[in-house]
Amino acid sequence: MYFAVLQFPASNCDQDAVHALRLLGHKAELLWHKETSLGNADAVICPGGFSYGDYLRCGAIARFSPVMQAVQQFASNGGMVLGICNGFQVLCEAGLLPGALIRNRSLQFRCEHIFVKTLNRQSPFTCSIPEDKLLRIPVAHGEGCYFADSATLEKLQAGRQILWEYCDARGQVIDTASPNGSLMNIAGICNERGNVAGLMPHPERACELLLGSDDGRFIFESMILTLSQKSAARAA
Amino acid sequence: MNEPAITPELVAKHNLTPEEFARVQEILGRPPSYTELGIFSVMWSEHCSYKNTRPLLKTFPTRSPRILVGAGEENAGIMDIGDGLAIAFKMESHNHPSAVEPFQGAATGVGGIVRDIFTMGARPICSMDSLRFGDLSSPEVRRLFGGVVAGIAHYGNCFGIPTVGGEVYFDRSFEGNPLVNVFCLGVLRHSQIARGAAKGIGNPVFYVGPATGRDGLAGAAFASQDLTEESADQQRGAVQVGDPFMEKLVCEACLELLATGAVAGMQDMGAAGLTCSTCETAARAGTGIEIELEKVPQRAPNMTPYEIMLSESQERMLIIVHKGREEEVKRIFDKWDLPWAEIGVVTDTGRMVVLNHGQAVADIPARKIADESPVYQREAKEPAYLEAVRAFTLASVPDTTKPEEDLKTLLNWPTIASKNWVYRQYDHMVRDGSVVCPGSDAAVVRIKSDSLPPLPVQTADSAAVPVSEVLPESLEKFVAMTSDCNATYVYLDPYEGGKAAVVEAARNLACSGATPLGVTDNLNFGNPHNPELFWQLRESVRGLGDACRALNTPVTGGNCSLYNQSPAGPIDPTPTVGMVGLIDKAEHITTQWFKDAGDIIILLGEVVDGQDPLLGLGGSAYLQRIHGLKTGLPPRCDLDQARTLHEAVRSLIYGGRIKSAHDCSEGGLAVAVAECCLTHHVARETQSLIGAQLDLTSFEKKRVDALLFGETQSRVVVSTSAVHAAQVVAQAGILGVKATRIGVVGGDALVVKTAAGEWRWAVADLFDGWWNALARAMGG
Repeated sequence: MYFAVLQFPASNCDQDAVHALRLLGHKAELLWHKETSLGNADAVICPGGFSYGDYLRCGAIARFSPVMQAVQQFASNGGMVLGICNGFQVLCEAGLLPGALIRNRSLQFRCEHIFVKTLNRQSPFTCSIPEDKLLRIPVAHGEGCYFADSATLEKLQAGRQILWEYCDARGQVIDTASPNGSLMNIAGICNERGNVAGLMPHPERACELLLGSDDGRFIFESMILTLSQKSAARAA
Repeated sequence: MNEPAITPELVAKHNLTPEEFARVQEILGRPPSYTELGIFSVMWSEHCSYKNTRPLLKTFPTRSPRILVGAGEENAGIMDIGDGLAIAFKMESHNHPSAVEPFQGAATGVGGIVRDIFTMGARPICSMDSLRFGDLSSPEVRRLFGGVVAGIAHYGNCFGIPTVGGEVYFDRSFEGNPLVNVFCLGVLRHSQIARGAAKGIGNPVFYVGPATGRDGLAGAAFASQDLTEESADQQRGAVQVGDPFMEKLVCEACLELLATGAVAGMQDMGAAGLTCSTCETAARAGTGIEIELEKVPQRAPNMTPYEIMLSESQERMLIIVHKGREEEVKRIFDKWDLPWAEIGVVTDTGRMVVLNHGQAVADIPARKIADESPVYQREAKEPAYLEAVRAFTLASVPDTTKPEEDLKTLLNWPTIASKNWVYRQYDHMVRDGSVVCPGSDAAVVRIKSDSLPPLPVQTADSAAVPVSEVLPESLEKFVAMTSDCNATYVYLDPYEGGKAAVVEAARNLACSGATPLGVTDNLNFGNPHNPELFWQLRESVRGLGDACRALNTPVTGGNCSLYNQSPAGPIDPTPTVGMVGLIDKAEHITTQWFKDAGDIIILLGEVVDGQDPLLGLGGSAYLQRIHGLKTGLPPRCDLDQARTLHEAVRSLIYGGRIKSAHDCSEGGLAVAVAECCLTHHVARETQSLIGAQLDLTSFEKKRVDALLFGETQSRVVVSTSAVHAAQVVAQAGILGVKATRIGVVGGDALVVKTAAGEWRWAVADLFDGWWNALARAMGG
């Protein structure tokens, strides 16, 4: 599988995403923000970092990059797009995902490992996650508090679009388990169609036990499994 | 042009003595222009010229077979790490700016040191910070502490570099004069080393990065003066304003440009901005440089030549380009949407010539200003306060009757307490290389192929990229690093304290499984014109040097920060040591916390130094916090013993039987063991606490406070599985180190039994105070 990892000015986690995907045995390349074509990418990763220095609002400028037009087209054709941290913020700003990420409740940047519980294991981003498995993944953000109005939240719940919620080591979804004060402890969501997802935690930092956890693999493996099934279906 | 007249008052305001001014006139063969006066003022400030410290710095050991670029040669030292790879590292201070504007002062400190690394051609991959503040009960101190940490976080996180380690100390002597020392390490191939030399007559000189403004005007001069009550208002303009986003772009663009081979020389515009970068690059190459100020991008209206030359606007680089290769600069900087301007040319006159609309506003021989600044041998006199320090005995200090309270008090003491309040604000995991994050004895970072700068580019007329340049994707190396200095020890005994800083760093590296390679030092001291303070400096340097020689860790470069004092007095002398080491294999990487119930705890080293009349309590955290005494000669450091211990710790680790290793420092043995029970952090709100039962009854007739909290040097606490314990003890003996079984891991309590009594603490209880101390002091 070939993953295109978008590279905006000051995307700092772009190389990490490439590293993690290559570690899992797949092709991954950086795609400069001025490019207007995704080539023959099977999926797109919108990585973490501080694109455009977080000027104006996180992701507010990146979403106007030429490459994002190609991403919009790709997504409307059903292509898989995953936004990580700043990437999640970019996708929200671009309207590909509902809601917004605002300042952490503590008003401070937070970098630590957290646990997430997977709420919907039928999505292309979660289908390989074992049942009842809590994922231990790092977060590192100052603006990770997920916010949406109550109508949107209801819609997300009804549509099973909330993919991950922050929880404690025992799986309890409680306030103290969240590093940022997100509504409903939301860590990650997907769009109505299910092909675009975003999460604040960094799965690309949790693909090797050497770095403390390899739970992040499950998310990428879910994407790969889904893509393989799709291409097998097409071949058939 | 309306430049002010040069009067003696103006010269004095520029911090130049009459003798120095005379020398300026001698060099120029005439009186200087106002712009030239400004240029000499910053270049000959202590911060840029090291005029008060150079004779002392020359006494450091600075050579080893691994050193590729040594101290004093370039912007940072570089050491070989094998397989054609090298590391560039350095530590620098930003003390004065942080005192008046903590957020930007600290942020730009990070910016400056990161630039020093990528200007050498290395990709910056991690950083550390060593911070010192006054007592947290003061609202002003809290403001400085919060601001500095937020500033470092802002810059480092946005740039995308993990801050993986460091230290934070709180002591009254730093009130009003905080210390902010920042360390950065980068990686490169040997063939990628870039130098700051203006080579090639006729080569164009480029300015890249954001436009020049009035911020940071004469920051170097500000750094070379005492802080006063007026400093905050007067000197705020001297604090630079940083833009980490810009720095990230400049870094990537420079590394890309270096890969093309178009660069003849490169230097960042740091202290003394355009001034320093032009005369230093010319001096290094033995050439001259001519620049035209109207070509320098400016973001403030009507900037004078003086202002343009002395501005310390951030994120700017000076690049000397091979003639004919200008297009590459333009192409790459346009790609990254960065400003660039061709502002000058390399000449053969050996002079730095600054033109403004065709008129020369400065014309100075480059080598004379860059390399021939005055050098002073300052007067040194042993401080009077040392008499009382040396006379102190334990006769006036009764042994403790409440060790249960004492341990809690020490663990809650901000200097000892967990620093998670600080490092959770730093992204310490970006770049997928942080193997051991903040919270253990040393940080360990993994180097992999994407840690390197871009590969040299193949061009039509260059040879094929040699095989040695293309490293296997699987190549991994592990670098360990730590920052250490017990400034209380240095205050009480500058020589021993200087030694101790180096030895503690090496001990921390040994505990992580690393062999030390080299040191970068950041000397933070008071006014060098005060003979007693200069004596502190001289003696600490002597201690540092002796320890570096004994432990084979040459100094690759560093920084001096003098004039650290306010009306309240000077800071404690603080020679911060940043030490870097290599760990051969992933399986040797060792962490501080106990692992499994049933493991045996072994103390390596003498529990209390029998030769020390103060039994390790001199200058200790215990004496300071429990008895309010900052006195007594600190524990001696036997360098041979230290070397033997560190080699033994490494051997034992290589033998595969050591499950945890932690050295004893502030707070002594009890604090060290408690830390081993507390420091394993799994995730948010998820600790992995484990107790221990210590039996210290074999240590007879020792004062309880000395046994539990004395800080005798060269002691390490290790743990190993029960089946291996006897072997480990025996092996240590063979390696020349005393080893004593002192306990077993397990349970939910720390229990300590001595000949005088037994005490018990619930680990969860100890954890709460230790983990939350700083957050509580800062209000959340």
